Amino acid sequence: MPLLEIKDLHATVGEREILKGIDFTVNAGEVHAIMGPNGSGKSTLAQVLAGRELYTVTRGQVTYDGKDLLELSPEDRARAGIFLAFQYPVEIPGVSNMYFLKAALNTIRKSQGLEELDAFDFLTMVRDKMTLMNMDQTLLNRPVNSGFSGGEKKRNEIFQMAVLEPKLAVLDETDSGLDIDALKLVAHGVNTLRSPERSMIVVTHYQRLLDYIVPDFVHVLSGGRIVKSGGKELALQLEREGYAALGIAEDEEVACVQ
Amino acid sequence: MRAVALETGQWLEDFTRQAAVAPWMQQLREYAFQRFAETGFPTTHDEEWRFTNVAPIARARFVHATAVPLVTDAPAGPEPDVAETYLGKLASFRENPFVALNTAFLEEVVLIQVPRGAMVEKPIRIDYSSADGAHTAPRALIVLGADAHCTIVENYSGTGRYFTNAVTEIVAGDRAVVNHYKVQREDTAAFHVATLAVQLGRSANFSTNSISLGGALVRNDVNVVLSEGTDATVNGLYIVNGTQHVDNHTSIDHAKPHGTSHELYKGILDDKSSAVFNGRIIVRKDAQKTDSKQTNKNLVLSDDAVIDTKPELQILADDVRCTHGATIGQLDAESLFYMQSRGIGKQQARSLLTYAFAQDIIDRIQVADLREQLEKFLFEKFHEHAH
Repeated sequence: MPLLEIKDLHATVGEREILKGIDFTVNAGEVHAIMGPNGSGKSTLAQVLAGRELYTVTRGQVTYDGKDLLELSPEDRARAGIFLAFQYPVEIPGVSNMYFLKAALNTIRKSQGLEELDAFDFLTMVRDKMTLMNMDQTLLNRPVNSGFSGGEKKRNEIFQMAVLEPKLAVLDETDSGLDIDALKLVAHGVNTLRSPERSMIVVTHYQRLLDYIVPDFVHVLSGGRIVKSGGKELALQLEREGYAALGIAEDEEVACVQ
Repeated sequence: MRAVALETGQWLEDFTRQAAVAPWMQQLREYAFQRFAETGFPTTHDEEWRFTNVAPIARARFVHATAVPLVTDAPAGPEPDVAETYLGKLASFRENPFVALNTAFLEEVVLIQVPRGAMVEKPIRIDYSSADGAHTAPRALIVLGADAHCTIVENYSGTGRYFTNAVTEIVAGDRAVVNHYKVQREDTAAFHVATLAVQLGRSANFSTNSISLGGALVRNDVNVVLSEGTDATVNGLYIVNGTQHVDNHTSIDHAKPHGTSHELYKGILDDKSSAVFNGRIIVRKDAQKTDSKQTNKNLVLSDDAVIDTKPELQILADDVRCTHGATIGQLDAESLFYMQSRGIGKQQARSLLTYAFAQDIIDRIQVADLREQLEKFLFEKFHEHAH
């Protein structure tokens, strides 16, 4: 049984249809890259999978781990093992990173019938994972993402993923805004978390990230549909020839306006 | 005669029945009552009371009772004439009918004097507790000599439908340091009106933090007069739900040059509650180099809550820096989704974000046990409310 099966997925924001029939299947342990120009619907797909209410699913099915994913609230999806690494991680002044992550971990553990961790056990558990992401421990006492640099925010996302240990991680443009050192660090964190039980969907505009996180499958999204699927070589072809070689404009938002 | 003035007649009986006090105090009482009888309770036609209708107080009948404050850790032996020297000099019964009413019922005055150069390290606590049906007129006078330091915590609570009409005056000498806290946790059926009037010396350092949680109808006036080089922080937090109404009127008067004032009021409103923030900043003609900042932020959790916020700047000097800003917002949808996407339930996420909104005011409370007590109270309040 596949871990995730998306069939004919349509989604709108307001009056506007953004996803116009997406189909693909992710099996346990696979890494799928979703590529596409700006405005093609990549981030929408990521947010729909995480349950963002801003988008309305108008048609299609998404089956996750044998369940109807679209029936679940965002928190229940997270408890069932879905994790979204945000393109723009949200700053939450007044809530410490430690409090936030401990609350998240404990609700997820509770839903899995595991015991909640106290502050001491939590710290013991996260220490190695902070080292993995080269994060300073003082970051735990700072408010969530508040005053973090762009790189720190992205590292924090992967750190959270390492702590929450999802079954399906969706990385939404985790590479955007990162310099090469930060990118390598983030990719190293992600690669460490690759396992036969964990699947990933890596959404990216550029092939660059895929040099470090090598996907099993690549899908090219355009106009709210997957227009081409292939192996990792498809990403390299896009890198060489550009989206234009597939007859796709580099920036679809602009194309729409024109 | 106005209708409201007729209602003041009801107070005459209680006024005349009072036990005798020192002649100077008796005279002050009489002037004040005369003034109250002239003006009556304010109406919404008075600019200062535009958004706060005190008719429920004017119409109700309370039985006057002497406020019985519990004062702990106050320094011993105030000088005998200190009350006569300062009482009623800062909180003007001419300008505010409720101050007049309080002054008319002067009796037990909490008198705290910190002599020149003295440092009182332990916070001085003044606790008031009211009973159903009572009218009380708590009155405190705090006098600090030059270079004196102290921390004051006023706490108001009670049970039932009653009316607390409080006045606190603080006089601080040059370079004195005063940290003042007021925690209003009245019964949600109670009426609470209070004035804090503060006169600060040169280079004095003052902070007040007004936490307003209870009461059906609450009005807080904070009036601070600065001198040369004075630093004043005026903070407040109000949290209301149901049909609670809270009105915070502040006035920060930069009377002399080089003064600094920081003001931050935050409010959380739910259900059909309402709140008023009116922040007056006065910069007198010779108060050059004044630096003043005012912020009012409101978190509105329901569609039916109402907030009226208004800055009122009267700037007569030309070389000053004054900034002000007000915001009214709801819980951030992005933040909620972010928390949910990590497995945190929607209700828990809402309560965490609500709590976080109040956090920076709570964090500024220097009295550790008060801060912890409020943290716990708020955490439980929002948590409970969310379920």
